[in-house]
Amino acid sequence: MKLFKGGVHPPQQKNTTEMKTVAMGVPSVVVIPMVQHLGAPCQPKVKRGDTVKVGQLIGDSEAYVSAPVHSSVSGTVTRVDNVVLSGNQPVMCVEIKPDGLQEVFEEIKPPAVDSRESFLSAIRASGLTGLGGAGFPAHVKLNPPKGTKVDTLIINGAECEPYITSDYRECIENTDGIVEGILHVLKWTGIEKAMIGIEDNKPEAIKALSQAVSDIPSITVHSLPARYPQGAEKTLIYALTGREVSSGKLPADVGCIVMNVTTASFVASYLKTGMPLIKKRVTIDGSAVKNPQNVEVLIGTPLREVFEFCGGFKSNPEKVVMGGPMMGVSQFSLDLPVLKHTNALLALDETQSRIPEGSACIRCARCVRACPMGLLPFELDRLVDAKKYEEAQKIHIMDCIECGCCVYACPAKRLMVQSIRIGKDYIRRNTKK
Amino acid sequence: MENRLSMSSSPHIRSDASTSKIMLDVLIALLPASLAGVYFFGLDAALTIIVCVVSSVAFEYLARRILKRSNTLSDLSAAVTGLLLALNLPPAIPKWMAVVGSFFAIVVIKQLFGGIGQNFINPALGARVILLVAYGTKMTQWTAPRGFSGTDAIASATPLGVLKEGGELPGYLDMFLGNVGGSLGETSALALIIGGLYLLIRKVISWEIPVIYIGTVALLSWILGPEGFMTGDPLFHILAGGLMIGAIFMATDYTTSPMTRKGAIIYAIGCGLLTIIFRLYTNMPEGVSYAILLMNTAVPLIDRHTKPKRFGGGAHV
Repeated sequence: MKLFKGGVHPPQQKNTTEMKTVAMGVPSVVVIPMVQHLGAPCQPKVKRGDTVKVGQLIGDSEAYVSAPVHSSVSGTVTRVDNVVLSGNQPVMCVEIKPDGLQEVFEEIKPPAVDSRESFLSAIRASGLTGLGGAGFPAHVKLNPPKGTKVDTLIINGAECEPYITSDYRECIENTDGIVEGILHVLKWTGIEKAMIGIEDNKPEAIKALSQAVSDIPSITVHSLPARYPQGAEKTLIYALTGREVSSGKLPADVGCIVMNVTTASFVASYLKTGMPLIKKRVTIDGSAVKNPQNVEVLIGTPLREVFEFCGGFKSNPEKVVMGGPMMGVSQFSLDLPVLKHTNALLALDETQSRIPEGSACIRCARCVRACPMGLLPFELDRLVDAKKYEEAQKIHIMDCIECGCCVYACPAKRLMVQSIRIGKDYIRRNTKK
Repeated sequence: MENRLSMSSSPHIRSDASTSKIMLDVLIALLPASLAGVYFFGLDAALTIIVCVVSSVAFEYLARRILKRSNTLSDLSAAVTGLLLALNLPPAIPKWMAVVGSFFAIVVIKQLFGGIGQNFINPALGARVILLVAYGTKMTQWTAPRGFSGTDAIASATPLGVLKEGGELPGYLDMFLGNVGGSLGETSALALIIGGLYLLIRKVISWEIPVIYIGTVALLSWILGPEGFMTGDPLFHILAGGLMIGAIFMATDYTTSPMTRKGAIIYAIGCGLLTIIFRLYTNMPEGVSYAILLMNTAVPLIDRHTKPKRFGGGAHV
């Protein structure tokens, strides 16, 4: 096994490890954005006043790199309008008032899959996106560009972010589903083998999956030393195969496709039932949450209702983060919805939310040692501050995966990855034609 | 109650490392050497320490104030510089000279170059060398250590001085414990090693610079012995003079040492090589300060040529 250089060991805080998933039920309203993926936005297929049922298509796009969206409830469409989401840009959303009956859409039936093409179109129709975080449409990922030869399917169960246990619960509660999904993917894409990577702080998950694949030679389970960001695409591929994905390249360029464990098991469940992606297991935790737990949430549920389901707040939630504390996105409102790739919601109290005051760099080199990409974060920070973007590009600012290790490790509390984001954004906007 | 949520760019958590905690660790690590200095050289040494630390802190405060910059006393770096300066001075130095040293370290070398993290040479060592040039006589008058036959003789010699001028060399045990003439905090190898181990355990420093620096000096002093190849006395050279305090505390200064492991190795070898050249082939008895200061100025060059290997930069794709 190859170990990536750098990384950090934040306190794991996996408080919800032993907590069985609890289904939350139907919220008072759902707001379903037409973009929950990387790619082209969907056009709404319903209008105000329409009645919809569970699993019904409500948004789709002609574009290839896109994923359709479906209603997670039965009820009445109350609004189709632009809503500002946490990306600070208006996104077309469909708001549905549930009737509480959860009637399933009549056309829901298992898809007929008999070829690679029909498999890929079924995956597209399911609305599946990468459930690990980035939300890349699954059918695009599973159809690598011409000229690449993929020999390894990598299944990501590393879950290296603190707090999050939703993938772990998937490994425990739906072990066979994961294996079944992997077998479907291998069968229809023609990839020879699959490797499941799990951090060694989750021995139960490693045990369960190892047992489940014991007589399947094409799938192997690998224990990885727990170190953030082990679950980042590049570091995971490197750990399992020794292959390095360069900046700007795809995993397929080194013969790999990476899928999250929950993404894999959803493939199995969709092929069995035909029910599109309408719900998600979400870890609810953080210092301000009363009852941290794993909750199965209907997509589009307002964050407020998810937290209320967990007993509300025990102290004022100063900051609410969607995702893990290292790479998650802070939310400006509790009215924002749960998305397809939401794996955690953290409510942090005032102490936990406080941003320490930055001071001068003391050149201690902790950021250099922590950077898994072998960059010089302190130098990139300095160059972006001085608006020397070209120099920053020369020392590979675009290689940064924004994992945040540098900032986590910095004793001077400098906002390095934040500067780097500004620099990358500037360079992207000024190099596009 | 939840109308107003804070927004920030990830990561949302930080390690508990901080500049002031690192500096506090350095102060703790210097405690054994400071106590050893006071034990061997008496209360006058304690006064030297107090004068250096207090004046360094005062100069830091005044310089920041006059330059209209934020107050940085709480990062403890001025206290560290003051203490390191004291440990690198003769124990009985006139106290006004110590204040001049603090002025050069804090105001000229550190603050005029932009403050913490910006100085291109080690402030305490730079100040020591300036004092050495300005007040050569007083800077080379060594207090005799406790129990030395000449009681409070001021004209004691350092082991390296004896080596250069001739005379009876002290025993290894006295050199290891610190019972020899020398700068206030440099004589006790034992106390310095205890401090160094503390810094290693606390992960404030890495092993590369001290071990490779000392190793280079040991190896070269053995090879380049007085009677020809392989006749040197490496143990004498690593216990004598300022090597221990230099390798453990001065050469490992973050600001003036390289950013990568590879760079640190080159830098440490350079420090060792220059130390031996100064000790064996110049008129000076000691060369640690000059060796480190020269290598300090080479750090930008070393950094430029020892960038870490970037992920995916290899031949893989």
